[in-house]
Amino acid sequence: MTPGSVAIVGAAETTELGVIPNMSQIQLHADAALNAMRDAALKPADIDGIACAGEIPTNIAHYLGIVPNWVDGTAVGGCSFMLHVRHAAAAISAGFCNTVLITHGESGRSRVGALPRSILPASLQGQFEAPYGIMGPPTMFTIPVLRYLKTYGVTQEQLAMVAVVQREWAAQNPRAMMKEPITVDDVLNSRMIAYPFRLFMCCLVTDGGGALILTSADRARDFPRKPVYILGSGESVESPMISQMADFTSSRAFRVAGRQAFASAGIHPADVDHLMIYDAFAHLPLYGLEDLGFVGRGEAAAFVAERNTAPGGKLPLNTNGGGLSYTHTGMYGMFALQESVRQVRGTAPAQVRDVQVAVCHGVGGMFSASGTIVMADRRP
Amino acid sequence: MTQRALPAITPETKHFWEGTRAGELRLQKCAACSHVYFPPRPFCPQCAAQDVQVFRASGRASLYSYVIHHRPTPGFTPPYSIAVVQLEEGPRMMTNIVEVEQTPEALLLDMPLEVTFERLTDEISLPLFRPARGAP
Repeated sequence: MTPGSVAIVGAAETTELGVIPNMSQIQLHADAALNAMRDAALKPADIDGIACAGEIPTNIAHYLGIVPNWVDGTAVGGCSFMLHVRHAAAAISAGFCNTVLITHGESGRSRVGALPRSILPASLQGQFEAPYGIMGPPTMFTIPVLRYLKTYGVTQEQLAMVAVVQREWAAQNPRAMMKEPITVDDVLNSRMIAYPFRLFMCCLVTDGGGALILTSADRARDFPRKPVYILGSGESVESPMISQMADFTSSRAFRVAGRQAFASAGIHPADVDHLMIYDAFAHLPLYGLEDLGFVGRGEAAAFVAERNTAPGGKLPLNTNGGGLSYTHTGMYGMFALQESVRQVRGTAPAQVRDVQVAVCHGVGGMFSASGTIVMADRRP
Repeated sequence: MTQRALPAITPETKHFWEGTRAGELRLQKCAACSHVYFPPRPFCPQCAAQDVQVFRASGRASLYSYVIHHRPTPGFTPPYSIAVVQLEEGPRMMTNIVEVEQTPEALLLDMPLEVTFERLTDEISLPLFRPARGAP
């Protein structure tokens, strides 16, 4: 794909976010999709490509009345939508389809019409991890962190600062679930979940969804909203088992996806005006800052503690409040993408001035997958 | 009767679970490139050779990383450790650290450990790790 040859022309979240017991999971996809189609002034008949995760694309295409020429059901966890954007850009460039709808909807909190969460007992994870009492992401995503802290001499206070700073961003966002300011002490005194992780270092669990519409850049100026151009992208997977992650202080999937994204966009970290790093837990922005090359190994915690990523800092990060304070349905990647789009359009609640290049970095399935998207406000 | 999630043995992992029933921790080694690996597969994940050997590991390991889970979980009394250990032979595996207080003060990274087995059913004995005997 030529950098900037595909653009996001529609983007929206569900009308409500947080606790939505009156909508099933598939309706959350639809609510977001209808809002995104309205944003782009399109009807289902105008969409000829569909991608989603959590539901299979068949369900969403049928439910919305879409007849697709191109379908992508890539489901690698919360960053699936970054991969969908990448695949959609390639498909549009290849001429497989013209206008792609990507949807996310998840009844993560109310569990209305949600798929059961289970680990197959015969899978490698079922045989070699599940018997040890893993209970969801707080007991898996977090396991590498003590090794990271020891390797780099990072303190729990510094880890807590990630949550404190993101709450500052959330305070500027009326749609954020958690807006009250917090201190490092508040984080370190919150309920212990899985040592060293306390409640405020863990993401929210909410209901909601989001949707994106992509088309060729040549058509993008005909839409009502300012186009957001796809400059570059990357993706990778590592291990489905956290215990088999090769390096507990760095994600291979982050490095591979990030490197591809920056190289294909022709940018360097210094070119980035705005950054999203999927924060299911407080350590993820630290791994992301290092693995994407914004700081050196072991430097991210001090970088955050010195307020570089805070409001007024030189690298605005997770400006919607993130999974820690904004919302987290389960597959949060769609919300990170939505915030990147808002920032490039200039319509974010906590708007950063003059965002020309935005990077949106996702993680999926406890460090098992990653996708990175570079967006720009103009074609190169 | 255990409430822990029980593994379902597959043809490719049978040797491992036969080993734990016999009180042995079994790993695999590639005959072509000497790579020692886990979890089990009938081929080498490094060079794809299908000539691989099963051997008995020493059972010695060190504590690589962990969490102490504080929330209710079937088959466990919180707080309990969910750990990843570094086996002497190279691979890492998930386990629980037992026969030691489940506190950050007692669970020190890099502490030496040794394998022990907990019989869950006639079919499944689970490899767990405890502080190495005679270790400081």
